[in-house]
Amino acid sequence: MAQRIAFPYRRWLGVLSVACAAVAVPAWAQSKVYVSSEKDNKIYVFNASGERQVAIDVCKRPRDMSFNADGSQIYVICGDSNAMGVVDVASGKLSGTVPLGESPEMFDLSPDGKTAYVSIEDDNVMAAYDIASKKRLFEVKTGGEPEGVLVTPDGKTAYVTSELANVVHVIDLAMKKIIKNIKVGTRPRRFVMSPDGAELWVTNELDATVSVVDTKTHTEKQKIKFEVKGMRQNDITPVGMAISPDGKSIWVSLGRANHVAEVDVSTKTVKSLILVGKRAWGLGFSPDGKTLFVANGLSDDMTLIDTAAAKALKTVPAGRVPHTIIVSK
Amino acid sequence: MIHPRRLPTALGRIAPQAAMPAARQSQFRNILGWGYLRASELVFLALVGLSSTPAFAATKVTIAVMSLDGDPRHAARRMERAYPGHPTGRAFDGVNLAAEDSAFELDAAGISLEVKDVVLPSAAGLTKVLAELKAAGVQHVVADLPAPELRALVQAAPAALGGAIVYNVALDDDALRGAQCAAHLLHTYPSRAMLSDALVQYLAARNWRKALVLRGPSPGDTLQFDAFIRSTKRFGIKATSTKPFKLTGDPRERDLGNVRLLTSGDREHEVVAVLDSDGEFARTVPYATQLPRPVVGAAGLVATPWHRLWGRNGGPQLSRRFAKLADRPMQGHDWAAWLAGRAVASVLVDSPKATVAQQLKTLRGGPLGVDGFKGSRLTFRAWDGQLRQPIFLSHMDGVIGVAPLEGVLHPKEVMDTLGVDEAETACKQRP
Repeated sequence: MAQRIAFPYRRWLGVLSVACAAVAVPAWAQSKVYVSSEKDNKIYVFNASGERQVAIDVCKRPRDMSFNADGSQIYVICGDSNAMGVVDVASGKLSGTVPLGESPEMFDLSPDGKTAYVSIEDDNVMAAYDIASKKRLFEVKTGGEPEGVLVTPDGKTAYVTSELANVVHVIDLAMKKIIKNIKVGTRPRRFVMSPDGAELWVTNELDATVSVVDTKTHTEKQKIKFEVKGMRQNDITPVGMAISPDGKSIWVSLGRANHVAEVDVSTKTVKSLILVGKRAWGLGFSPDGKTLFVANGLSDDMTLIDTAAAKALKTVPAGRVPHTIIVSK
Repeated sequence: MIHPRRLPTALGRIAPQAAMPAARQSQFRNILGWGYLRASELVFLALVGLSSTPAFAATKVTIAVMSLDGDPRHAARRMERAYPGHPTGRAFDGVNLAAEDSAFELDAAGISLEVKDVVLPSAAGLTKVLAELKAAGVQHVVADLPAPELRALVQAAPAALGGAIVYNVALDDDALRGAQCAAHLLHTYPSRAMLSDALVQYLAARNWRKALVLRGPSPGDTLQFDAFIRSTKRFGIKATSTKPFKLTGDPRERDLGNVRLLTSGDREHEVVAVLDSDGEFARTVPYATQLPRPVVGAAGLVATPWHRLWGRNGGPQLSRRFAKLADRPMQGHDWAAWLAGRAVASVLVDSPKATVAQQLKTLRGGPLGVDGFKGSRLTFRAWDGQLRQPIFLSHMDGVIGVAPLEGVLHPKEVMDTLGVDEAETACKQRP
């Protein structure tokens, strides 16, 4: 097994070192992969080839994560601690927490990195926190069970899904108000934005679809339907998404279908489907886009995918209920 | 027992606002976005020259939740015992939560949903109550009723209300989905056949194939027994022996009342299935058998539409919201009531202007799915109005399995391996 695992990695390293001949060390060989484990209350740290290095103890039920602007800290939302943990990357230690509302889940940062916009499930709000002062700035009432949060690059607008109301809220962050609700599919979960900012993609967990929302008109302009051979629509439950660094593909994790799908951003067609572990949700890219890391929540492991070959390279244990994956530069 | 909130009025009872926010004023009506939205809608409508009801006037829709005064299922001391598969509170709480959960979505569709709590003073009072519901414009009735009153309601409601959908959230009787079915009767609580199939699928999946069956004397026990035997035939479980039980302390009847004696003769069995529609006897069986054998059915391992500790698909959030609102844990009947409310809300959002007859068609066999927090979109079977759904296998502490079990196959829809499938149905009434 170990040999089989090592082989593609070496081959890939070889290819990479040829491609980057001018650079002595491949740019992201030093990258680390951080995986939040909901039930171990830890962030597991892997190297670029998926070997586990260390574990960082954090707050209870860590879920969504993000680096701060310079990559020196990781913010992690802890659903059962009602807090955001701040992890110092260099020391690998939890250095502080910011108290949040009841059962926080996902978040996004303002472009200046100072404000965290967090979906608070049990309070049905999106709340804004000033990270430095740990103060709650304001909150906006949402539909039931808010989940995905995405702040636009200009920092003016936040999009939030409501799993119960089946809408995407468009929140004007200056007015601190919902200015529109966009009806999408059943149980909308998470977002990505196209590189040009013209499209907002939303996973609809119980429709086996992704809604593509036109950000100018704030209307749904297309639904991308997923099909997996031998599976019924009910078994296909899209949740996580990640856009490739070149902006050409959006990868969607299909939950219970145990697959991830690569969708071409311009044609909106599914280019490949790859079998991974059980209930794939969280996705993270290596900085060069060649490796996609997939968190399999019910098989407690992480699958590494060679995106060019559209093949799973290997699957490694990743703690109980891995949730989110982020990769350092 | 008169519960402080159970004050019968002319129209049964309407819950006081303070205690239960049944009729909700939208909290989102004044936000700027709605103004824009509504204004642009109006402009659009004006442009295309449609005459329509003004978008600003929210359409009020009322769901009535009907229960029966003195229903023995709801007696306080009975509910306190919380036998598995029996209600621990009334359906109103679940429907009320559904209305609250749906407020945002409904608001966007210009609908305000009110939940009216109606307690029938007696079966004879039905006509009068229906007349009052008609006056209030009610066409969706959630029935938390015993079987005779439910049948009377199903029969009278369409004519009395000018079209109606009745949602059975309380009863598992297969007959209500079979010979006694009705076109406008939907069931969110699983049928006995579904619960039984779920349990027996689990036994088959574990390869526990030999069951000693303990069977009670009441008509309800017989229905459970019939359903269990049907399931054993479907999934290849053998009933090694069937023994009648009786709740008795009489030494002359000890072979009927003593669990050890009841389970001692048959040495072949791998599990003990106790089929007890009441629950009192079943509670005495686990850990009291002659041989160390798991107990399933009405105690021990139980099939249920919901468990307060279901930890996936947003289950904890739903259970928490319910516990906050109703001050008790959410169980199967509460889930069925909540789901009925969500089904009404979903069909209203899907087609706000539809008539109740059209709504029925959309729900029963139609494409509309409801999120039941069990991981799948849930739809109603066209052939008998039953909501297809995953069923939890639970011991008291949590969920140990979910039916349909992995590996069970069906040519069209795996959830239809639970209960009565299209080819077997005795129901002839369709909308």
